[in-house]
Amino acid sequence: MGKNRTPYLLLLPGFGFLFTFFILPIINLAQTSTQTRVSGGDTGQYEQTLRFANYVDAFVDNKEQFGRSFLYAIIATVLALAIAYPLAYAIAFKSGKYKNLLLVLVVAPFFTSFLLRTIAWKQILGEEGFLVPTLRSLGIISQSTTLTSTSFAVVMGMTYNFLPFMTLPLYASIDRIDPRTLEASGDLYANGLTTFRRVTLPLSMPGVVAGTLLTFIPAAGDYVNAAILGNPNTKMLGNVIESRYFKIVDYPTAAALSFTLMAAILILVTLYIRKAGTEELV
Amino acid sequence: MTTQNSHDEIQSGLKDLISAKVSRRGVFAGIGGLSAAAFLASCGSGGGSGSGGEALRWGNWPLYLDFDEKTKKYPTLEAFIKKSGIETKYFEDYNDNDEFFGKVQAQLKLKKDIGYDIVTPTDWMAARWIRLGYTQKFDGANIPNASNVLDTLASPSYDPSREQTLPWQGIMSGFGWNTAKNPKGIRTLDDLFAPQNKGKIVVLTELRDTIGVILLAQGVDVTKVTENQYMNAVDFMAKKISDGWIRGVKGNEYAEDLTSGDATAVIGWSGDMFILASENEGKFDFAIPESGGTISGDNFVIPYTATANAKKNAEAMINYYYEPAVAAEVAAYVNYVCPVKGAQAEMEKIDPELAKSEYIFPTEKTMANLHVFRALTTEEETSWTEAFQKAAGN
Repeated sequence: MGKNRTPYLLLLPGFGFLFTFFILPIINLAQTSTQTRVSGGDTGQYEQTLRFANYVDAFVDNKEQFGRSFLYAIIATVLALAIAYPLAYAIAFKSGKYKNLLLVLVVAPFFTSFLLRTIAWKQILGEEGFLVPTLRSLGIISQSTTLTSTSFAVVMGMTYNFLPFMTLPLYASIDRIDPRTLEASGDLYANGLTTFRRVTLPLSMPGVVAGTLLTFIPAAGDYVNAAILGNPNTKMLGNVIESRYFKIVDYPTAAALSFTLMAAILILVTLYIRKAGTEELV
Repeated sequence: MTTQNSHDEIQSGLKDLISAKVSRRGVFAGIGGLSAAAFLASCGSGGGSGSGGEALRWGNWPLYLDFDEKTKKYPTLEAFIKKSGIETKYFEDYNDNDEFFGKVQAQLKLKKDIGYDIVTPTDWMAARWIRLGYTQKFDGANIPNASNVLDTLASPSYDPSREQTLPWQGIMSGFGWNTAKNPKGIRTLDDLFAPQNKGKIVVLTELRDTIGVILLAQGVDVTKVTENQYMNAVDFMAKKISDGWIRGVKGNEYAEDLTSGDATAVIGWSGDMFILASENEGKFDFAIPESGGTISGDNFVIPYTATANAKKNAEAMINYYYEPAVAAEVAAYVNYVCPVKGAQAEMEKIDPELAKSEYIFPTEKTMANLHVFRALTTEEETSWTEAFQKAAGN
């Protein structure tokens, strides 16, 4: 009897943690999302009226930022995949004795704060940085084109910030591929491209799926990049939630938006995993 | 050593102070746009630890009191402690009006000690505290120096006879610009929205300042502005954003954008522009618009949770900071508008150059052109902020 109880006792701290820091806040958020202003009440005073129309209002009011959040997140994820795949492939197969060093380099940016790294990009892309004058004198961008405070800067910042989350799972999955399967493919007269398409890529799919999820989910909810590198026309949903919560002190709308974002991400991710069909992950 | 040399030495000492301030402020500025992050950070530090053991606990904005880098002490505050024997704890953790309010609101509601006996919210936030009944009226007998308050700041609509607030520092808003890009300077909205500044204009997140300056340019009296007039001005800003004139709506970070060349003209604050102008000889300038600028203040407020004894101590401290000589010493460090009459004469003794500074001691002519945005009702505060935030893309 005592033996059977041990595993459950060991699970208790985990459940306790999840309950306190996940379940309770979610319940609280759900309660807040259907509240309305107390009539004649002061700033920040709301009462429960079960007004589910809050969700409709919140969505209709901010559909632009909704669309933008997903668009930017998808572009950043695709770009990160395009950059990280060759990188992970090279580290796994071609780096030899430098493998560990390269892996450390991939993780190294994490030693500096996320905020500072994003602010650094503002300087790199700035008017008096190195990049803009160079591109201008080479005629690649026009004299009036700026790089900061643009959607380009926001997407670029997101791609950069989430790149390690894409690279590491890809590396883990590519590194596991047995090189002999690639040799076998060659023996069967497949050229390089076919080998990649029929052997390497399918075998690395768990890494692709994990990497895209780890990039897409935080990217869709991100607001730091849009706040620092964007302009008023590139704001994402995270910025709206922040402003609703802190500036306008409109907790119900902020809560409704958070829930809608969560639901939208969950649906998209479920569809994606179904389509990608990697049972290994779910 | 000649007098000129020693004067230069003072000047360079001041410069050091200023640059130390900028670098510290730079860090805050970068994070300033992210109040959530700041909020999380401040949760950890929590002011006052609720012990209530000190005789006086003051929560103020960072870099807002004279500070000696060498001794790591606040000279004027040290002098006060010595003189009065009141053990005073100073906390630099008032980073953002909204964030601080969020932090202490729950305790205030329950009338529980918030860990501070005196705080310095900005006008509109002070107005909210008064409206909610979270403040205490001063005992006038304890603050005879209150009569030294500048006339322009003496009767704001939220506290017409200054019974429960007194300004700590005043903040002017107006136009700041890069002199190379705007050689003729900026005095009107048309100057601001001139072709050379297209896409390189930054305005303040503080709606009373940004919209205030626009309203004044449209000929509206900001002390009596109506909802229609306000919304018109917000629409004007929204149009300038969607047409690509305004690149950002920001807090102190606009200073970084000016130095990096990403912004060439701004609606900004006097204190920041003073530092930019003095650090980059002649590269930046600041002026109050011809049609008028706004002036606001951060104010001493005693929360209703402070004990009678703490309140008395707080009043003694306010009285102390309203002595012209003390106010001048503070102003020499913080560079915002000094709200105390007679401080300019005292400044003559410390630094005659600074005594002439329009940033710290605006002339009467400038003062007459500065206006205080009227207090908003609760409903207005919500719907006006919402309209402004929406125009800013949020």
